[in-house]
Amino acid sequence: MSMRPRTFRTPALVLKRRNFGEADRLLTLLTPLHGKFDAVAKGARKPASKKTGHVELFTRADVLIAKGRSMDILTQAEMTNPYLPIREDLIRGAYANYAAELLDRFTYDSDDTYTTTLFDLLDTTFARLCDDDDPRRVIRYYELRLLDEVGFRPELNECVVTHEDVQPTDQFFSFDGGGVVSPQGSAHSAGLVSLPVVTLKLLRHMQRSAYQQVGALTVQDSLHSDVERVMLGYITYILENRLQSIAFIHRIRQFNS
Amino acid sequence: MSNAIPEPVTKLIEALGALPGIGPKTASRLTYFLLRAPSELSTNLADALHDLKTKTTFCSNCGNITVDDPCPICSNANRDHRTIAVVEEPLDLIAIERTGTYDGAYHVLHGVISPVNGVGPDDLNIAQLIKRLTEGNVLEVILATNPGMEGDATAMYLRGELTQHSVKITRPARGLPTGGDLEYVDTVTLMRALQGRSEM
Repeated sequence: MSMRPRTFRTPALVLKRRNFGEADRLLTLLTPLHGKFDAVAKGARKPASKKTGHVELFTRADVLIAKGRSMDILTQAEMTNPYLPIREDLIRGAYANYAAELLDRFTYDSDDTYTTTLFDLLDTTFARLCDDDDPRRVIRYYELRLLDEVGFRPELNECVVTHEDVQPTDQFFSFDGGGVVSPQGSAHSAGLVSLPVVTLKLLRHMQRSAYQQVGALTVQDSLHSDVERVMLGYITYILENRLQSIAFIHRIRQFNS
Repeated sequence: MSNAIPEPVTKLIEALGALPGIGPKTASRLTYFLLRAPSELSTNLADALHDLKTKTTFCSNCGNITVDDPCPICSNANRDHRTIAVVEEPLDLIAIERTGTYDGAYHVLHGVISPVNGVGPDDLNIAQLIKRLTEGNVLEVILATNPGMEGDATAMYLRGELTQHSVKITRPARGLPTGGDLEYVDTVTLMRALQGRSEM
């Protein structure tokens, strides 16, 4: 854990915000060097506040933080990227909620172990959610990168039971084992879910490739749904409960279809 | 809490400390203030708290907090019930009423869609709004949720839900606040203020 100076300037992404006191906002910020922490933006709910629009949810801002007696205080803020399409499109916004919630759940306050990578990952993901025509592809790629960083990289190349290389046929996935289980290994395991070979191939491609290559793929809806089934199952297993934002994504999808 | 403090005192400190924005120190200060203040003050406060829960209800039409159901706004024949302003909380309704320029009806959602906090559309007073549109002669719905990420998402969701009804859907204009300073205004607000500029 880093020792933070009494005042410091840092780029920050606003992960969460809630009303606090008379006219203040309590923000959860993700920063590249000091990790995730809460800071109070005093008076941010007043219309003429100099901070209010600069610390909107899921924006990136340059902020000045001062150490308060019990809480950090955000004394200045200047928005550097509003990620406007996330705010103007319901489904992109719903995925941004999911991305922020996922990162929030996998990190601890003021833990600076992975912060630069995680900050860059979320920042790039918000940018991709703004520009990419397929937000689901952006999110699946993000999930795999995030799991890599926090130590839950799914094993997709060898069977987690037999430790043999995975063959290009339909396989199983073990949430408990954190990876692929071959048909031979499945006899010795319980609680497996199916992993069709096309789903496995897409996951492996996403896990090993740069986003430029993944972004060039056109993924069919049915394949997206299957990859999502496996990834959400695995993530829910690790976190031991379902993420709140998933229900909203499903709702919006039903709504749009 | 220490045994040296009598139980009624600790009970009140704990009760006040459960309120938003009140920490243990403030709760203690308020408790000791009430202890020294004339007993009339405590009695009035206790009565007011009791009445708050026993004499108020939510308006079955708009969701506003009221003593009589329907609320005075919904039962006021002089108001324009063809226009409904949808707000997040009863306090937002009061803010609009303070302007003295709006004479339409309201609909209080009692929250805003916030997936991170587990608040979805089903947790809000949306079904009643749709019922009002189906039953009533509504011409315009003003989506007056707060102009932030969650307020915008709620407005976008409602727009989707309401498009099947033949009503005009509007959103309050956005721009520069009175007394604000242009150099401190964020780019999004400034951009929208410029887009929505009016001739003078």
